[in-house]
Amino acid sequence: MNGITLTLRALHHAERSLEKDLLGAAERHATEHEVHHVAKDLARWSREHAARLADTGGAYGLDLQEHGGRGPGALLSAVRERAAEALGHRPEPGLLLLHDLRELYLAASGVSLYWEMLAQAAQAAKDARLLEMASSCHPETLRQVRWANTHIKVLSPQILTGPL
Amino acid sequence: MEDSTDRIAAPWGVRTPYGPGTPWPARTDTHLADGVAPDAVERWVQTASILHSDGDAMDIAVRDGRIVGVRGRAADRVNRGRLGPKDLYGWQANGSRDRLVRPLVRDATGRLTECDWDTAMDRIVSRARGLLDERGPGSIGFYTSGQLFLEEYYTLAVMARAGIGTNHLDGNTRLCTSTAAEALKETFGCDGQPGSYEDVDHADVIALFGHNMPETQPVLWMRVLDRLAGPRPPRLLCVDPRRTVVARHAAVHLAPRPGTNVALLNALLHEIIRTDRVDRAFVAAHTVGFDELARRVEPCTPAWAAGICDVPAAAVEEAAELLGGAERLLSTVLQGVYQSHQATAAAVQVNNLHLLRGMLGRPGAGLLQMNGQPTAQNTRECGANGDLPGFRNWQNDAHVADLARVWNVTPETIPHYAPPTHALQMFRYAEQGSLRMLWISGTNPAVSLPELSRIRAVLGQERLFTVVQDLFLTETAQLADVVLPAATWGEKTGTFTNADRTVHLSEQAVRPPGEARADLDIFLDFAARMDFRDKDGGPLVTWHDPESAFEAWKRCSAGRPCDYTGLSYGLLRGGSGVQWPCTPDDAPGGTARLYTDGVPWAHPDVCESYGKDLVTGAAVEPVEYRSLNPEGKAVIKAAAYVPPHEDVTPDHPLWLTTGRTLYHFHTRTKTGRAPQLAAAAPDVWAELSPDEARAHGLGEGDLVDVVSPRGAVRARLRVTPMRDGVVFLPFHYGYWDDPGRAPDADGGPGRAANETTVTDWDPVSKQPLFKTSVARVRLVERSDGTPAPAPTTAGSEPAAPEGVPPTVGGPDARVTHTTGEEGR
Repeated sequence: MNGITLTLRALHHAERSLEKDLLGAAERHATEHEVHHVAKDLARWSREHAARLADTGGAYGLDLQEHGGRGPGALLSAVRERAAEALGHRPEPGLLLLHDLRELYLAASGVSLYWEMLAQAAQAAKDARLLEMASSCHPETLRQVRWANTHIKVLSPQILTGPL
Repeated sequence: MEDSTDRIAAPWGVRTPYGPGTPWPARTDTHLADGVAPDAVERWVQTASILHSDGDAMDIAVRDGRIVGVRGRAADRVNRGRLGPKDLYGWQANGSRDRLVRPLVRDATGRLTECDWDTAMDRIVSRARGLLDERGPGSIGFYTSGQLFLEEYYTLAVMARAGIGTNHLDGNTRLCTSTAAEALKETFGCDGQPGSYEDVDHADVIALFGHNMPETQPVLWMRVLDRLAGPRPPRLLCVDPRRTVVARHAAVHLAPRPGTNVALLNALLHEIIRTDRVDRAFVAAHTVGFDELARRVEPCTPAWAAGICDVPAAAVEEAAELLGGAERLLSTVLQGVYQSHQATAAAVQVNNLHLLRGMLGRPGAGLLQMNGQPTAQNTRECGANGDLPGFRNWQNDAHVADLARVWNVTPETIPHYAPPTHALQMFRYAEQGSLRMLWISGTNPAVSLPELSRIRAVLGQERLFTVVQDLFLTETAQLADVVLPAATWGEKTGTFTNADRTVHLSEQAVRPPGEARADLDIFLDFAARMDFRDKDGGPLVTWHDPESAFEAWKRCSAGRPCDYTGLSYGLLRGGSGVQWPCTPDDAPGGTARLYTDGVPWAHPDVCESYGKDLVTGAAVEPVEYRSLNPEGKAVIKAAAYVPPHEDVTPDHPLWLTTGRTLYHFHTRTKTGRAPQLAAAAPDVWAELSPDEARAHGLGEGDLVDVVSPRGAVRARLRVTPMRDGVVFLPFHYGYWDDPGRAPDADGGPGRAANETTVTDWDPVSKQPLFKTSVARVRLVERSDGTPAPAPTTAGSEPAAPEGVPPTVGGPDARVTHTTGEEGR
């Protein structure tokens, strides 16, 4: 175990967790239609990244395969979506949405920094395989960051200036 | 030579064949009311069509203060005298007995009752003032049309953005054309049609991507038909899941599974690059981003696309061969791309095709990202549809400052902290309660937006104050708090611009009925009552009639890509349409094609937008754009295929796609009141392919419910030769002419296609997806032998014609036409 394997493990965990967060936000904000649909698309990137990390991790003696459940169960999802729909006519979910987008921004930024670290280490270690993985996954993470940023920018004026 | 034709039965009329590079011959179509002879017409008044984006130039026949017919203008570059069925018969709606003639307000008992203008306007002004004080400008929104005039949109934009100070202003052009605008901005940095309708005269290959031109733009299709009938005709590529009239004339027809356009286009680009059909010199001189695209489409082989799109790989290769071998390629794109999954990403790939092949800026090498609504281009230019006026960039402080100078306000007055709010987001704000007043002009969201039960609930809220300005008591107006009777085409003066940037003048021919007023006058009245001021205390809106509004707009457009400074009412009056940019010095006669020499408007200092991520919709920041494209070249933007958000399931095994058809236009408020048009397509229908119908045990004329996770539509079935796995519904049949068909409270079937469509939109252009929902079809009742009410003349032609009488219009639909030089 060295710094690279530690980073691979942390990154794998962070991508799995980001996927779960994106899917959770999609369910909580079922009536924010663009967030709902695009967050699911973005979760797919994290799922693919985690799979590539698990695949690559094997070469470094890491076992990053699936551990147990994959995100919230179907029943919980359904309950969350119904709750979102029931609350869809009220202003408070707007604040919750901004909160969730902020968390997603921070989580994706965290993932991005891990990819940065991994890419730097790969260059120093002249590890072409790791570098290739980082260069193809990291841009998608940055796009996840920008997506959250754009929505915060667009929604904040309306949500934060109206009466509560 | 003069002759007459039933133009319901023969929608595109007689042929005037012509060869490549020669002018399109004139043919003048005239339709007058029964019993009115041409010499009984007192005046002919100049105008153009507002029932589709062709912008066909015509004259209105007036007698005894009434409109009694129309005649095409043979000198005009757009139509050379021809008129489509909607142009020929649609004018009759102006004279309907059920026009709104006085304002209405909702009284204490909840009923809409007639009142005078002062009462109606006072109610609007007092609510607007109250909301501004209590909740701020973000509580007020404006949702306008694609059928008003330039002067009206511009006045509305000034009033909303600098008067109220709200960011919430959009047009229903969001539903039809925002992807065209966004795709152009992504590639060329700026909106504006690169090509010209005249490219039809020169092209050797015409590719129609999701564009049912015979039904949406019948006069442009006449131009194509005349080329097809002449020497050395062009070959057509058709991409459409239905076997449309285009498909019947095409050399190659690809009928992809709905929602897979990006996969198909990536495979076509893969083949263009693999076979080295790339114009390397053009790409090097005028573009950035080629390497990224080449890398992205490298794995996208025809076999890969075949699996996703369910089209034969050989057909994809054949299509690529057609595109790759073209010397003068004209591509057109419309709703099959724009209202589908990954709309902008797909439309941008068509732009990429033209950049790769160097097919821009010369006759026949054209690109037409089409509009659906007739005055869509004006909402975009004037800033009534998601951008600041004059194609100014909300992220560029210099552009905002320049606009503030034009309006004599401070830059902070103009909201520019975020992109202007799109229509579906406005409805979301209304649903959530942060938007409390919505002023709807000239459009009918209760029929045209997705998931209608939701829209009705939003509009029906007590806390939302709704103003509706329209000609009739539409489905939306019935839910309003104040209804304002508006004048329409033929009853007011203004200009408008079609899909290929051609500006026409439309003059008032008759007086509006009762107390109805021009939309411009209503907006000016509101601005005066609100007493909007500029930074020096003078009036914000300084104009008072159409011509002075046009002159004000010219000052706003000066120096921007859509420069109108060379135009005037005087120049347009009596003449023919002129394409912008039109400037007194450089382009006094207008500009046929953009990008004849480079792509200057993509420069970071000039561009209307820095672009967006094609999958996430995230905004590209100015610094990023500058480093990507410092010299301002065309941006080749790659996009990966992403599966659709809704997919077929055992419960909903069919793809549901919806569309406009030949005889009707925007929620049928006008076309449903024109007798010949209403009779040709009197009611909604559903379409299945022969194999799909057989698999469901269904046949022609059976009454079925088309059921989606949102709602249901009850319709008779037409069996048509389209692809399997898809059910088609024509959109915009609503309830005003058949109130008994409204869906019941427990979700019983309705009549409007949008009862079923999903609330989802392209994250880049924010255009709703009307073509990628899922559904199941359920038999309600066997046919008694009566066929579906679908016309037989176009895309809904029956697979088995026996027992289905052909659609005809009869004596009232006869239209005279004159061909040859005497027609001019």
